[in-house]
Amino acid sequence: MKRAVSALVLTGLGVVAGLAEAKEKVAIPDPAASWNQLWHHVLLDLFIIGIIFLAAGLYWVWKYRATRPNQIGEGPQLTKLGAIGFAVVPAFLFMADDFFLAAKGWTVWNEYRNVPRNAMEVKVTGSMWSWNFEYDNGVSTTFMVDSKEGEGLVVPVGKPVVLRMTSTDVVHSFFLPDYRVKEDLMPGRVTYLWFNPIKEGETLATCAEYCGNRHAFMWTKVKVVSQADFDTWLAKQKQGA
Amino acid sequence: MSTASSGFKLGEWIFTTDHKRIGILYLIGSIAAFAVAGIMALLIRIEQAAPGPTIVSDAFTGGDQYNVWLYFHGAAMILGFLIPGLTGFAANYLLPLMIGAKDVAFPRINALSVWLFWAGIVVALLTFIVPDKPDVMWTGYPPYSVTTAGNTALYVFTVHLMGFSSILAAVNFLVTIIYMRAPGMGWNQLNMFVWSCFTALIIQLIFVPVLAAAVTLLLFDRYLGTHFFDPANGGDVLLYQNLFWFYSHPAVYVIFLPAMGIFYEIFATMAKNPIFNYKAAVYGGMCCIVLISGEVWVHHLYYSGMPDWLRIGQMVTTLLISVPVGLMTISLFGTLYKGAITFNIPMYYGTASLYLLLIGGLTGIPLAMTVMSVHLGETSFTHAHFHFIMGIFATFSVFAAVDFWFPKITGKMLNPAQGKLGFWLNFIGVNITFWPLFIIGVEGMPRRYWDYSQFPSHFAGYHKVATLGAIIVAIGMILTISNWIISAIKGEKAPDNPWGSNSLEWTHTATPPGPGNFPAPVTVDATWTPYSYKR
Repeated sequence: MKRAVSALVLTGLGVVAGLAEAKEKVAIPDPAASWNQLWHHVLLDLFIIGIIFLAAGLYWVWKYRATRPNQIGEGPQLTKLGAIGFAVVPAFLFMADDFFLAAKGWTVWNEYRNVPRNAMEVKVTGSMWSWNFEYDNGVSTTFMVDSKEGEGLVVPVGKPVVLRMTSTDVVHSFFLPDYRVKEDLMPGRVTYLWFNPIKEGETLATCAEYCGNRHAFMWTKVKVVSQADFDTWLAKQKQGA
Repeated sequence: MSTASSGFKLGEWIFTTDHKRIGILYLIGSIAAFAVAGIMALLIRIEQAAPGPTIVSDAFTGGDQYNVWLYFHGAAMILGFLIPGLTGFAANYLLPLMIGAKDVAFPRINALSVWLFWAGIVVALLTFIVPDKPDVMWTGYPPYSVTTAGNTALYVFTVHLMGFSSILAAVNFLVTIIYMRAPGMGWNQLNMFVWSCFTALIIQLIFVPVLAAAVTLLLFDRYLGTHFFDPANGGDVLLYQNLFWFYSHPAVYVIFLPAMGIFYEIFATMAKNPIFNYKAAVYGGMCCIVLISGEVWVHHLYYSGMPDWLRIGQMVTTLLISVPVGLMTISLFGTLYKGAITFNIPMYYGTASLYLLLIGGLTGIPLAMTVMSVHLGETSFTHAHFHFIMGIFATFSVFAAVDFWFPKITGKMLNPAQGKLGFWLNFIGVNITFWPLFIIGVEGMPRRYWDYSQFPSHFAGYHKVATLGAIIVAIGMILTISNWIISAIKGEKAPDNPWGSNSLEWTHTATPPGPGNFPAPVTVDATWTPYSYKR
């Protein structure tokens, strides 16, 4: 009996693992899309709580205004049971919402932290005030913040990109507003983030950790191009170097 | 010595050990800090009104000027205004009166606290005089704070002075509350404001030393060549951030708790109601916040390269803060239920606080979620969130406190028309300022940027609206503060208990209270509470 159960469990696990594997082959998650979806859920959640409280508060403020001088309020003296009820019931409701949000947040967070296996790796180095990008084949390009000279981050469309990041001087942060992600860069540690460039076009990455005088200018172009254009570009950079 | 003594002698004020005068000294210092930091806020907003240099000289030195404004605004508002305004002014003036004590436990230490605070204000103001102006923000993150040409020492010494002042005040008031309550006054009969200070000061006592240690290490790194935060020599950049937020998140509750306490007092008095579910708010709310406050700091480091298990673990603890805060909120709202509410300037601020608490609190929920914060953090969404709860809710609580206890402190009534006009300008102005910042924050507008030419052009419109709001607030603030000054000099004489409160500071003292506070020793019986209005 015991053996049968464990066999069943193992088979089940195998199937689940297989499905997960299959799923990963078909679709690479798009964390930015998951973020947007979760954001709408969270907004709805907040809106409901906010409306209930605000409506009650404003209604009471209006309804229970004093109508004659020296009037005394008639607020309830809670019984022991009432007091406990008004503490425990809301506490559990709040906790339920907290755990609900935490679970949803954690699910999307897992997408953010599990880098797809086929991701292209780029090393990012932040400095005061430039961004350096180093590709697998040794190509290294620098985007100068003051002159706006440089290629910026160029990546092929449809392929997840993982950035391994560090800093040469102070704390910076690589913030990709359109991809809903940021992570700090600092000397002495390597941090990472990944994003999924699903369509071609140019967007920007901007520094989100205070880094002095040129902080507001510390941005760089992020260009998503077709695989063919990317290959040509990378080859050209290699030649130039 | 007391506030009621005839004639003004400067020496009597400087060397005073009377908690009421010390409270007033705290108020003057914190309002001075608020005014200068408020001017910085205006400069910041005017600069952001359009992309490119607006009032800074040019694109290359602009950052240097703007960063000093930001540094001073943040550091002075939190260390020089909010914390001393609430746990300095309000706690000093009110705690002994509310518990029926003649003074605090250690009046001379109390005087030392206020001197240290004033020294801190002076050191902070040196920012505008020294050539190498500090530009490390109020967070002072290394390596920037170690390598910058700005004067990090001024930042560190400001924190030291304010910190020692806070630690001494915390010890003093905790002892006062524990040992000097009027005979017969049990813990469940305390004013909500007393409880809120009691819990806030416990947090203060535990966590301020951590901040003091962190900035001291920073000082050593900068000037003595140590390497605590220098990875090239075995140090760690993240160590500072962890130490800093281990204090600075709890510091939020040092501000939030007394702010709530003030609104509880105003609601109960103006609605003539008992506090709704007092014990749930005190034990389930305030005391639980003390317990959780030290386990949530990583939510400031969600995208700082912390281990994933900590980012997730502290997401849960951070979200759970909503339980005690929720219980306090229910209790605050419930205090109005079936009340007999009188509207006056303090109650205007009180009513606004309902809304501000909700907006500020609820917008904190996405920021508590690791994955949401990875986009929203360090954007103007975060900036608008903490301005709603810290900047506006807490600031309004200080204003409400001054307005509510103004008759007690000065013996004069405020000019109601001017006060209400000031309130409306403040309230409308802050909404015009911060709602646009929520919107462009979600679209990716980062904090601490004086130029934003790289972003879509419609951002400029939102920034313009926000700047307009800030100018409205400035007018409101001038009306509010000038009302205090003018009314204190030539306001109408106040009756002893203008709001008909049942709290000891109104029922048992003269207005303003004389030396020793109470004409006769106070005792209370088991049925007394500050909120038991006779039916």
